[in-house]
Amino acid sequence: MFSAMRRTAAAPFALAILLLGTWEVAVRIFAVPAFLLPPPSAIAARFATAWADGTMLRHLLPTVAELLLGGLIGGAAGLLIGVSLGLSGAARRIASPYLVVAQSTPILALGPLLVLWFGPGPAAKVAICALITLFPLAIAALVSVRDADAGLLELMRSLGATPRERLLLARLPSARNGIFAGARVAATLAVVGVIVGEWLGGSAGLGILLNLARGSLFDTPLLFAALLQIAILGVSAYGLVLFVERLTSRLMR
Amino acid sequence: MIAGRPLAIHAQGIRVARGEREVLCGLNLSLAEGESLAIIGANGSGKSTLLSLIAGLLPHDAGALRIFDAPPRAGRSDVAIAFQDARLMMWRSALRNVTLPLEVGEGRRSAASSSVRSEGAAALARVGAAQIADRSPAGLSGGERQRVALARALVRQPRLILLDEPFSALDALTRDRLNEELPEMVGSASVLLVTHDIEEALLVADRVVVLGSAGLIVAETPGLRGLPAVQRRAALSAPTGMTNQQTLREALRV
Repeated sequence: MFSAMRRTAAAPFALAILLLGTWEVAVRIFAVPAFLLPPPSAIAARFATAWADGTMLRHLLPTVAELLLGGLIGGAAGLLIGVSLGLSGAARRIASPYLVVAQSTPILALGPLLVLWFGPGPAAKVAICALITLFPLAIAALVSVRDADAGLLELMRSLGATPRERLLLARLPSARNGIFAGARVAATLAVVGVIVGEWLGGSAGLGILLNLARGSLFDTPLLFAALLQIAILGVSAYGLVLFVERLTSRLMR
Repeated sequence: MIAGRPLAIHAQGIRVARGEREVLCGLNLSLAEGESLAIIGANGSGKSTLLSLIAGLLPHDAGALRIFDAPPRAGRSDVAIAFQDARLMMWRSALRNVTLPLEVGEGRRSAASSSVRSEGAAALARVGAAQIADRSPAGLSGGERQRVALARALVRQPRLILLDEPFSALDALTRDRLNEELPEMVGSASVLLVTHDIEEALLVADRVVVLGSAGLIVAETPGLRGLPAVQRRAALSAPTGMTNQQTLREALRV
């Protein structure tokens, strides 16, 4: 298994080395100024010093906290709304036009309004993150709960299963793949939501570090280091969703 | 019918309409305890509707229907239905699919209890599938999946088993084998098999009836009660067996 993993990981890793190498060499040959495009080696060095002097951690922690809280609130609300609408045709008919409108409104454009309501503190970031997480998950849950395997539901009915048993043993497990597909989309959007929320103001966070590095410090390597950190955070959020997905599959077996 | 014991199924003048169309009009049917009956009919003859009525999954519009002298009701532990498709939960192992009926509805027990597991294992053994207990349905063949579905139908030890073309999606060889094993799997339970395959009906059932387009019984063939499968197969190609097949084929054509 590990040798197979090594084989599948080898090609993308080689490509990364090739791209970074080209970048490094090109920047040096064409003498590109570091404030426009620093070489990967400079970014890596800056990433290391930012961790060493505590800058990165100071900005990472609030972002992670906002991301977890916003993702959790938005995820729970989205799941609840989606499952309820998936179960009830009447509720669906009443609410789905609003869901469509809400989904087509760019949540990020609500940012200034949310800051007006919640102030420059973490609450506005959590709100943006929750809102941007909510809709993809709600829609994925709605569709997959509504379209759960009709044959299985009829089987459950023939066995005299209660509505609760039908939901927990048939509908939700058969909707699981669809729900987690929505959760994967939501996880990456949640990171975007928090970063954009931080752009709008505040004292600490990776989004604020981006602005600081660009605007007041003129530290482009730090800007790239912050971007790298955000990418790592996005991949981790995605990985967390995959982990929970595996966990539920083990629980259902 | 054994005197004093209720019929497994007693249907009189059953009528079911879907909008303008009458799916069943005035159907009469009875099934004694321990008897196996096959109903053959073309698509749209109402045979699947009839099974849904008996399983309590659909209401009927008129007539009297008694299952073990009680009105039909979904969830009775003494009546089980196996569908055309296996309808397995892909996220559960074969054994956990079989134990599902024990975990829901009246008399539900914890999935973790040892009695549930052992009854599930016994049902799997009864259909000759003990060795696949821990496998996922995704990796099973069509025949193995139907065995698991049959074990699930048998696990509550029902007195009446309703089979809705359970083997129609299988290849001919697997279907023949399962049909031969079926009487032993169901044991003493009454069986109502719905199929469009005349040979299958004669192979499995003591008695075969034909549903015409409006749901009336147009031919009835007393079968080969009590004969083991091998002898039934031989009897099918004997002159009487051929006559039976011919009678049914003509009845279907009406």
